[in-house]
Amino acid sequence: MADIRNNFVGIKSPNPFWLASAPPTDKAYNVIRAFKAGWGGVVWKTLGEEGPPVVNVNGPRYGAIWGADRRLLGLNNIELITDRDLQVNLREIKQVKKDWPDRAIVVSLMVPCVEDAWKAILPVVEETEADGIELNFGCPHGMSERGMGAAVGQVPEYIEMVVRWCKQNTRMPVITKLTPNITDVRKPARAALSGGTDAVSLINTINSITGVDLDSFAPQPTIDGKGSHGGYCGPAVKPIAMNMVAEIARDPETRGLPISGIGGITTWRDAAEFMALGAGNVQVCTAAMTYGFKIVQEMIAGLENWMDEKGHASLDDIVGRATPNVTDWQYLNLNYVAKAHIDQDACIKCGRCHIACEDTSHQAITSMVDGKRHFEVIEAECVGCNLCVNVCPVENCITMEPLAAGAMDQRTGKPVSPVYANWTTHPNNPMAKVAAE
Amino acid sequence: MATGHFKEGIAGGRLSSEQYADNFSDLHPPLDHHEALVESDRCYFCYDAPCMNACPTSIDIPLFIRQISTGNPIGSAKTIFDQNILGGMCARVCPTETLCEEVCVREVAEGKPVQIGRLQRYATDVAMSENKQFYPRPEPTGRSIAVVGAGPAGLAAAHRLARHGHDVTILEARPKAGGLNEYGIAAYKSVDNFAQAEVDYVTSIGGIDIQNGKALGRDYQLSDLIRNYDAVFLGMGLVGVNALRADGEDAAGVTNAVEFIAELRQASDLSGLPVGRRVVVIGGGMTAIDAAVQSKLLGAEEVTICYRRGQEHMNASGFEQDLAAANGVTIRHWLQPKRVIAEGGKVSGIELEYTAMNDDKLAGTGEMLTLVADQVFKAIGQSFVPAALNGSEASIELEAGRIKVDAEGRTSLAKVWAGGDCIFGGDDLTVSAVAQGRDAAESINRALTSNGRA
Repeated sequence: MADIRNNFVGIKSPNPFWLASAPPTDKAYNVIRAFKAGWGGVVWKTLGEEGPPVVNVNGPRYGAIWGADRRLLGLNNIELITDRDLQVNLREIKQVKKDWPDRAIVVSLMVPCVEDAWKAILPVVEETEADGIELNFGCPHGMSERGMGAAVGQVPEYIEMVVRWCKQNTRMPVITKLTPNITDVRKPARAALSGGTDAVSLINTINSITGVDLDSFAPQPTIDGKGSHGGYCGPAVKPIAMNMVAEIARDPETRGLPISGIGGITTWRDAAEFMALGAGNVQVCTAAMTYGFKIVQEMIAGLENWMDEKGHASLDDIVGRATPNVTDWQYLNLNYVAKAHIDQDACIKCGRCHIACEDTSHQAITSMVDGKRHFEVIEAECVGCNLCVNVCPVENCITMEPLAAGAMDQRTGKPVSPVYANWTTHPNNPMAKVAAE
Repeated sequence: MATGHFKEGIAGGRLSSEQYADNFSDLHPPLDHHEALVESDRCYFCYDAPCMNACPTSIDIPLFIRQISTGNPIGSAKTIFDQNILGGMCARVCPTETLCEEVCVREVAEGKPVQIGRLQRYATDVAMSENKQFYPRPEPTGRSIAVVGAGPAGLAAAHRLARHGHDVTILEARPKAGGLNEYGIAAYKSVDNFAQAEVDYVTSIGGIDIQNGKALGRDYQLSDLIRNYDAVFLGMGLVGVNALRADGEDAAGVTNAVEFIAELRQASDLSGLPVGRRVVVIGGGMTAIDAAVQSKLLGAEEVTICYRRGQEHMNASGFEQDLAAANGVTIRHWLQPKRVIAEGGKVSGIELEYTAMNDDKLAGTGEMLTLVADQVFKAIGQSFVPAALNGSEASIELEAGRIKVDAEGRTSLAKVWAGGDCIFGGDDLTVSAVAQGRDAAESINRALTSNGRA
């Protein structure tokens, strides 16, 4: 049986599934329910400094987009950090950690960008015996307008400075949570590392407007006729998050920096993909907010089952296994040739592959053969683009089949070369490096 | 004395009024808004969609379903009505299981097609409930066309002609318009007087005058129409009922199924409609199923359909056969009627002979079976009665007993077009009649306006 116990920067949890800092982790009641359901850990919803509590809007906090059958694909929110009293939160954190010693409790923090504010909060959090802290440098709305959250996360120098303050003022492990609302996620990651962070977590939510009410012409969620950009999360952001995780994992400057992966993780498979790209564990929010805490049972069982089937004994066997295979476009093998193949037994003849290829791509799929409705790849036209695979409603009906070295590529009329050759050496590249003789 | 359910002979009042109402409620209740959205999500928006090609009126089904899914049921209804102005009734009565839904790729993929018929009903119901009219009546052309028969073919032809600005007079023999939509079809497929609501919706375009109680050959002749109108469209139904060719079929209690169905559709009080305690229906098509199921729903204790060939030869769709079975109707195959047994002039049973295929020919085996029955319905097909056409100066050409037409619905007589059940080569479906009426109207328009230009 695969061992899925997790040790993330010294923080131990029975599985790698944590709940991210968000509404599901705002108070003891929810966190206890989560632990009962089986979650390995939580990042307690962000605490702010002592003082008058944060206020939230009293209208809709969430907006969403949906797929077929109203399956929630993306959620956005304009909720701020916890609006509960700091002392109440601290008391609850201490009690829950005492009652659930085997689970991870990390406390998310966001206080003003002055050292004294951090010096004030760190000891009181430490006193709860929480396992670590996560610096919320990502929240894109509300708090950023007050110089916190993403306002810090978008300036690498500030990240480095705050991380350093924290490392100097606490013994707890520091996880720096990064905002995706930047152009190059490697810069803030490098800054966090320079400041001495133990790990980074990403991504936080993405600036977004989920919809526009076409009667009132107001963005959604709408508060009294107005709307503001909120933080976008859920399955729709997973590809963006995975790329950012991979960018940090393969960056020579940050390679080896522990990463807690966040962004649209809904199933065990999503989690395994993040971990393969280099995440040491994962954090989940939208999936829990959509389906409840029970989903972790599917995640645990699914991950264990897959690891057993593949012979992976522990999480160390999978973390980062895909990272070396993430490369730059210029290093992709231009001599690799694949062609789409349609399994005629599986084909339900919807014709979507044909019309996608015919209207928008390479005219490489038939619609009619010998007067009969028939969809078949014309190899002489197929560039192997994979669009047909992506639009086909039947899984594995269309597959991309690589041509073996030496086989004739009917499109180019040339045999497939067995030699790896990429753009850096391609004759059409004016910058091509001449191979050493 | 037995009462209610078990009254001997042909009697009404077998059930409570609640049971009648329940039994004759909507067979497929309409989809509500949520159900329609969920179902519309299932459509794959196929290229050159098989469903569309299977529809005799070629409704752009993927487009109308996509319009439902994007919150535009009115636009969806227009997509439907563009091709089929009787899309509301077709949504209710089409045997979708042998047309669009049979070829739906999700039927292929998972044995569960998109419910195209019910989605079509959803969209058309929205538009009709708002009385949304999509086709403005243009300036009248001054041309007038006579349409014989206010059934699906005639109504579709009339609407399309009115859309082109022509004036239409529909001459209908029955007291109400609608044809089989009004007088045929099982009651549970068209509830709440939908057929008349649809006639009103179709004729709201203007320029269509329906005259009821006007029968061809009785009240006027075809030659009158040819003389008085710019064109004539014949859209009559089948008034002949095939005989059993069994001894004693004159006995009381032997009834034409189509008459029973019509009577049921027109009944204001179903408890007053008599039905036998033990009913035998002879036939294997939709009419046989409609008569049998409705007999059962009226409270008949035993209903048996006897069909002279095998299950695979029945014209009734698999869905219809299952519907009959689910309602407690017994379907027996390879039996042909030989003799109606009567006591005191009333049916008391029927003697049938087993059949078998002998060198590709159906033949009786000599083995007999007697079923007790107090009512026997004949549902072995209807025929076109061309006698009504005889008043024309030149005779109209027939083929296999029905009117011969070309691909656009032109008959052998100049100025005369035809469509629906009265023509040869049709398939006795409402939706096909609509297509033929529509296409003949386009042909008439082309003929009257030099290729469509007035």
